[in-house]
Amino acid sequence: MPARTVLQQADISRALTRMAHEILESNRGTDGLILLGIPTRGVVLARRIAHLITQFSGESVPTGALDVTLYRDDLRRNPTRVPSPTQVPSGGIDGKTVVLVDDVLYSGRTIRAALDALGDIGRPRVVRLAVLVDRGHRELPIRPDFVGKNLPSSQEERINVRLTDIDGEEFISIGGTS
Amino acid sequence: MRHLLSTRDLSRDQAVAILDVAEDMADVATREVKKLPALRGKTVVNLFFEDSTRTRISFEAAAKRLSADVINFSAKGSSVSKGESLKDTAQTLAAMGADAVVVRHPSSGAPSVLAQSGWIDAGIVNAGDGTHEHPTQALLDAFTIRRRLHRSAARGRDLSGTTVTIVGDILHSRVARSNVWLLTTLGATVRLVAPPTLLPVGISRWPVQIGYDLDEAVSAGSDVVMMLRIQAERMHAAFFPNAREYSRRWGLDDARLARLGASTIVMHPGPMNRGLEISSGAADSTQSTVREQVSNGVSVRMAVLYLLLSGEREELS
Repeated sequence: MPARTVLQQADISRALTRMAHEILESNRGTDGLILLGIPTRGVVLARRIAHLITQFSGESVPTGALDVTLYRDDLRRNPTRVPSPTQVPSGGIDGKTVVLVDDVLYSGRTIRAALDALGDIGRPRVVRLAVLVDRGHRELPIRPDFVGKNLPSSQEERINVRLTDIDGEEFISIGGTS
Repeated sequence: MRHLLSTRDLSRDQAVAILDVAEDMADVATREVKKLPALRGKTVVNLFFEDSTRTRISFEAAAKRLSADVINFSAKGSSVSKGESLKDTAQTLAAMGADAVVVRHPSSGAPSVLAQSGWIDAGIVNAGDGTHEHPTQALLDAFTIRRRLHRSAARGRDLSGTTVTIVGDILHSRVARSNVWLLTTLGATVRLVAPPTLLPVGISRWPVQIGYDLDEAVSAGSDVVMMLRIQAERMHAAFFPNAREYSRRWGLDDARLARLGASTIVMHPGPMNRGLEISSGAADSTQSTVREQVSNGVSVRMAVLYLLLSGEREELS
């Protein structure tokens, strides 16, 4: 089955805009807010959401990257994975509201690893989860707080997220057996 | 990567990849919790047939920071002193379920014997074998140079355009050999300065420039000057008249340090003979990376153990 595009660039921008408003609303402003993206596409999304929040509120939001490679539970089942850099904003995360940002939420195992990684860096006041796509099939009791788009999918299908900053084109497609 | 036996086997991209992972590992050392769960349930054996403090402790710290279990084995006080062979020792370790064995041995080639023997299935890391190689030392030296030169923009870069001068006992130095291969692979120019008696036979085939006069080398300038230890335990012949003459001609004293200029990095793999190959002034100066080398050693060894032990084991090729 050929892949079919489900979200165009404009749809992605709209979803991110709504998520930025929702994050602002639930946090009642930008106080103590930190966005941490999970490499690679989560980092780009975190930066974009932070930029939008700055536009709407006039206040800047610290962003960073949280690499979860060394905390994964499937390290010994796959070929060696090379970690990406972790960048935590200079103020640290203790007592802050940390919003984890990723592109696709699937089994929930990446987020489990991210929560463990976060615990070794500090102790945030609250941790929230923002994902661009929630495709279902959770294997752990984890749920997102901010969702760009719910995409019910079959486990055989592939969700493909492309972002301009990384891929030079922007859309989300579904289908094509992986 | 299945084993790390020699820096000669590493390609430029492999070497840069190890250094990049080491950057991530170095970040861990700055955190509140200096531990990663990546190697939980793996067992690393430090098999040391030769004395060592910093290398063994460094590997131990690296394995523990990755949550692996560590077993330290030193030949003194073990069955090796009763005459047990390397084969039997290896098979004992295999039976105990070792996933990686870090070997230091006085005989060149002992780690590669272990890796190719089939006595043990574990990944083998060479932690210094005779006068052959000491690959993790060269990796940590390259890492230290790259960090000093490029700071936070070091990821992904090699050492092209850098000149490294290695001074001293090249003949007995496994550190020098590993560094020559690795630094050359990474694009650096390597210059060796030593008394002619302390250069090995066949050195003309190495990819290096050779000099005999340290003052000439100091005048020529260099990005990095790496002083080697005079290895008294391997000095079984008269390689130079006496220590004072060696120190005067090939030692990095305060006067030579002053002529080198403030941007030159001064390195020493340790342990240092202060006053012989390096003066206290040079060892403790701000240009000296001696202590950085020790802390970077842990990060680099974490990277090596992680790349060796995580993931499915590669099939023997």
